[in-house]
Amino acid sequence: MKLFVPRDASALSLGADEVAARFVQALPETELVRNGSFGLYWLEPLVEVERDGERIAFGPVTPEDVRGLVECGLADDHPLCLGPTAAIDALAGQDRLTFARCGWIDPLSLDDYQAHGGFSGLKKALEMTPQAMVDEVRESGLRGRGGAAFPTGIKWQTVLDCQADQKYIVCNADEGDSGTFADRMIMEGDPYSLIEGMIIAGLATGATRGFIYLRSEYPHSRDVLNAAIGRAEEAGWLGTDVGGSGRAFHLEVFMGAGAYICGEETALLESLEGKRGMIRYKPPLPAIKGLFGQPTVVNNVISLATVPVIFERGAGYYADFGREKSRGTLTIQLAGNIARPGLYEFGFGLPLKELIEEIGGGTASGRPVKAVQCGGPLGPFLTAEQLDLPISYEDFAEGSAMVGHGGVVVFDDSADMARLARFSMEFGAVESCGKCTPCRVGTTRAYETIDRIIAGRDPEANRALLEDLCETMIHGSLCAHGGLIPYPVLSALEHFPEDFGLKGKTEANLPADQPNA
Amino acid sequence: MTAAAACAPHVPWSRSDALEIIARICDQPGALMPILTELVRRFGYIDPEIVPEIAESLNLSRAEVHGVISFYHDFRTTPPGRHILRVCRAESCQAVGGRALEEHARERLGVDWHQTTDDGRFTLEPVFCLGNCACSPALMVDETLYGRVTPERFDEITAATEVEP
Repeated sequence: MKLFVPRDASALSLGADEVAARFVQALPETELVRNGSFGLYWLEPLVEVERDGERIAFGPVTPEDVRGLVECGLADDHPLCLGPTAAIDALAGQDRLTFARCGWIDPLSLDDYQAHGGFSGLKKALEMTPQAMVDEVRESGLRGRGGAAFPTGIKWQTVLDCQADQKYIVCNADEGDSGTFADRMIMEGDPYSLIEGMIIAGLATGATRGFIYLRSEYPHSRDVLNAAIGRAEEAGWLGTDVGGSGRAFHLEVFMGAGAYICGEETALLESLEGKRGMIRYKPPLPAIKGLFGQPTVVNNVISLATVPVIFERGAGYYADFGREKSRGTLTIQLAGNIARPGLYEFGFGLPLKELIEEIGGGTASGRPVKAVQCGGPLGPFLTAEQLDLPISYEDFAEGSAMVGHGGVVVFDDSADMARLARFSMEFGAVESCGKCTPCRVGTTRAYETIDRIIAGRDPEANRALLEDLCETMIHGSLCAHGGLIPYPVLSALEHFPEDFGLKGKTEANLPADQPNA
Repeated sequence: MTAAAACAPHVPWSRSDALEIIARICDQPGALMPILTELVRRFGYIDPEIVPEIAESLNLSRAEVHGVISFYHDFRTTPPGRHILRVCRAESCQAVGGRALEEHARERLGVDWHQTTDDGRFTLEPVFCLGNCACSPALMVDETLYGRVTPERFDEITAATEVEP
């Protein structure tokens, strides 16, 4: 018999450590694995017992439940029993490629990782030329999952084509968008997939050094990554002789210090160089002049952690999921006021409505959905009437929505959209790097204007002023922070004017050419 | 405040220890961030007296070092309370009672954001997402994360959080 109690930060936040401690006390002889989470968070802490090669799940398990579970021998008829883990509907229905191992394995066990297909992508990559490796990624159709959705293969090609003594692979693990946690989950639940993806990126582009820029709000990820890197070095997967190939790749974790803007790739590079996280003008692109002026691949955690499965199963296998130019799977993070919050990995094309109402079970409060914000704090709010959209880059762009990093936050009808719009600009002001005027000054002037509208001071004139200011920010800001933060505000104004004490719908619709970034 | 930086309890500021940290890290590429992170982790803050030494060791101006310290939320220049309590203010938490939790936290502790309670137990900091959005509302005490935090649970957590002063 073997027990599994997650070490995922969210599971810990619900008492998983105490649950694990009580099991150890009651069953000292039993092997206990601290796995990652499957992402079925309404069932966390989700405890499993492995019997005759099958894993049976129980959840949500509180510390107080442990005694009863032990006394009945973790029997299938216990009220918390969910049956075999693999057969849980919410999990079995998913297309788990990037998250295929997460939850199933001991995150730090190299044996476990390899028994579940780990490093087979890298082994294939070691047989290929750099150009063939880049071609594989391009053919998979993988686009940057951090939010900008830039084709990963093209970025790698640019770095491969550059001549330089030193190139870098930088993993953007500054997952700051509200409603997102996929990066955190994979770093805590399957860190070697990220490490393997970064090694492949290095071999493909000729980069021998990698950095994981990790946000300081993720101490659990930091500890798992540092331990995993240490073990991968010891086993010869990292260092001067990757997998016995004679080729080098060195990797380290670099801690951020609490600045949302450092998720923007050029601000991240400045921060990595030890400077203020101010964004850079582009061009030059980071792929040509990135970290310390050298050619640099900057990819999101999920993009990099998806690379191994592309090499293991083939570009065609990955590209067979999805639709149009949205190939493969999206690791959707469903959060906010939702009955079944969690990580859902599906091929692109799933209708948003199905995700929220059927898979997510509707709101947690049982009240009607009022608004949904996709793509993090810079994404527009959608109304309940707009949810027929299939989840893909193209469909979302057409429907004035943003895929971003795959976060979906649901609000019920108690939400005050004027306060949320005010919050967007307040957040925008706190986290602005200050380099360009539209963002630095505009965010503050915008929430002040929203305050005047809410207070009923010349509301129509102030609405016109706010819309004008938003347009200036959209077109005049240097990066996506100032350029996108107006969208939640404009969408709230458009769809929920009554929350601002305004009458009727505004004529100023969202610009049609909204960048999907 | 950073999680990395918020690993309480901190030790009292020591110039010689700070110099040792600077000497140990200053040869890394991009060493300024790791030096500042380590100072905050150890002492809870960066005493401005050390800025000239950091600048000299990295061949930077004092203004550049000050600029970096003032840019990042984690890098404080005054000692925090014994524990740093960070309440998530972001959208997912707001969708399920985060605003009520924010108000409760400020009222219960009797402080506003960035302030320290009179007894020195807690410094209250806002945070924009702890990555615990599937278990909102969330808060973090030093490096311990809590999810589905109601005002009642907030009181239990704060009551249970104390080290010998």
